[in-house]
Amino acid sequence: MNKASFVFSDGQLGYKFSDTHPFNQKRLVLTADLLKSIGALPDSAIVRPRMATDEELALIHDERYIEIVKKAGRGEVTADIAENYGIGTEDTPIFPDMHEASAMLVGGTLTAVDEVMEGRARHALNLGGGLHHGFRGKASGFCVYNDSSVAIRYMQKKYGARVLYIDTDAHHGDGVQWSFYDDPDVCTVSIHETGRYLFPGTGAITERGSGKGYGFSFNFPIDAFTEDESFLEIYRTGVREIAEYFKPDVILTQNGADAHFFDPLTHLYSTMNTYREIPKLALELAEEFCDGRWIAVGGGGYDIWRVVPRAWSLIWLTMSGQPLPAGPLPEEWLDKYGPESPVPLMPDWEDPDPLYEPIPRKAEITEKNRHMMDKALHIIRSEQKHRE
Amino acid sequence: MILEEIMSAEVYTLAPEDSIRDALRLMEEKKIRHLPVLSGDGSLAGVVTDRDIKEAVPSTLIGKQESDLYETPLSDIMTRNPMVGHPLDFVEDAAVLFYETQIGCLPVVSSGKLVGIVTETDLLYTYIELTGASQPGSQMEVRVPDEPGVLFGVTKVFLGHNANVLSVLVYPDKNSSDHKVLVIRVKTMNPLPIIEDLRKEGYEVLWPNVPGINR
Repeated sequence: MNKASFVFSDGQLGYKFSDTHPFNQKRLVLTADLLKSIGALPDSAIVRPRMATDEELALIHDERYIEIVKKAGRGEVTADIAENYGIGTEDTPIFPDMHEASAMLVGGTLTAVDEVMEGRARHALNLGGGLHHGFRGKASGFCVYNDSSVAIRYMQKKYGARVLYIDTDAHHGDGVQWSFYDDPDVCTVSIHETGRYLFPGTGAITERGSGKGYGFSFNFPIDAFTEDESFLEIYRTGVREIAEYFKPDVILTQNGADAHFFDPLTHLYSTMNTYREIPKLALELAEEFCDGRWIAVGGGGYDIWRVVPRAWSLIWLTMSGQPLPAGPLPEEWLDKYGPESPVPLMPDWEDPDPLYEPIPRKAEITEKNRHMMDKALHIIRSEQKHRE
Repeated sequence: MILEEIMSAEVYTLAPEDSIRDALRLMEEKKIRHLPVLSGDGSLAGVVTDRDIKEAVPSTLIGKQESDLYETPLSDIMTRNPMVGHPLDFVEDAAVLFYETQIGCLPVVSSGKLVGIVTETDLLYTYIELTGASQPGSQMEVRVPDEPGVLFGVTKVFLGHNANVLSVLVYPDKNSSDHKVLVIRVKTMNPLPIIEDLRKEGYEVLWPNVPGINR
């Protein structure tokens, strides 16, 4: 087994907007339990997250904003002031102690970073992180503090590392992209459903960075109804070429699991096949370029019963060098959560084939995605030619 | 909106005596394609575009000839008496002018002096902002009957969800002349409850709207 750390504690479950909000950290418990019930998550691999300090949050966030979040969590902010900071909205409602809960998720990602960068583990996973929409001075899209942005800046300062950030959430990783838009030592890559309909709307291939950071921001907006093969073609080709070009010291992957056909918020048609492949390439590239240094975080994922636990388990299993399971899910887990789930749980690690009716315009969608990728990669391909 | 709100007030200009070489250098340095040419008294003498220059200098395919042509004064190639705009002109009218006359830039002149310039790119960006695409949000299309009060009914649903509307565009419905398509951008990552209520109210919601595919 590779030495890998799984960052988790009940303290991460306090990030809770309401019972009906689509962002639900119950996912963390469901995933950890699924892994435990197949004997893949020994207690010795679990590391308790710490809370991020105010100074660490201020690596990215405005101090004024941090103060407002603290006050909001104590019920001391009026609605109109809160709204200026993106909180108290339907997307990101105020909840008790929201500062502490949000700082806990950031701290979890910093814990994962330290595990890897200080050599206690080759890889580390913090499924409580991945809140990629958080901005410098504003909450957005279910995200208060941006753990990945803070962690990247932290790795730059503390370890002098060049970081490759790979975001496979179905939504554009806007918060992280804008944090490092003019920084040539951080390369951000986001594969997402085009912003034509989907939040946040940004993430066009033309968003390539600015100033010295030009050419270090990559976007692959794929069409609604994109399926496994096309998603993976873009992911494998795009991410590998970018890694070869950028030559990172460490890789941080954001693993939103909301590109799945079942996800209620998006229109992509991935199946579990995609989630089997995503961590494999991340591991391969980390071994090839970064002496194994790979930190993975969670992200979106709004079908918390049928999709997220299986998808996120595969990240841990890949990371810790265990064989990927096939066939039925453990009965113990199905029996425990079946009654609570509003939808019938999926019985197997794989999705049934086929999972959905064939898509009428599949060939055109695949072709369009390929065109998009060629355009997005043109900048590094032409430079490569130049060098030859 | 009026032109002075979207124009660039910092304008790079040259004089009629300046050469093609000067113009090329300035365009390259500032990454621009249009240069107003000013007379000694500050009045607008003409406009030189990258296209005027391309037409005037020899093809790069001919090889590296040192050509005197690069020393030609701009007064020989510029468009004299170009169309100009006024700071108080409406953006919509300027857009029609660009579309109909296929110009690439519009110098903005007030009291005989150049005060700004508007290019195709400025106009395009204005329209991008109009669609709300520069702020985080979700977009949906709602097909509605073309009759009074419909917009009120639709926006009431958004109010019910305390959802901030970033932009509303109204398109004609290509398939039916008594319907319109509202394209609404709303500041939320989770538009599902809104969509559900719009459907309950009897509106047809297209999210996403890809011809040939129904979800």
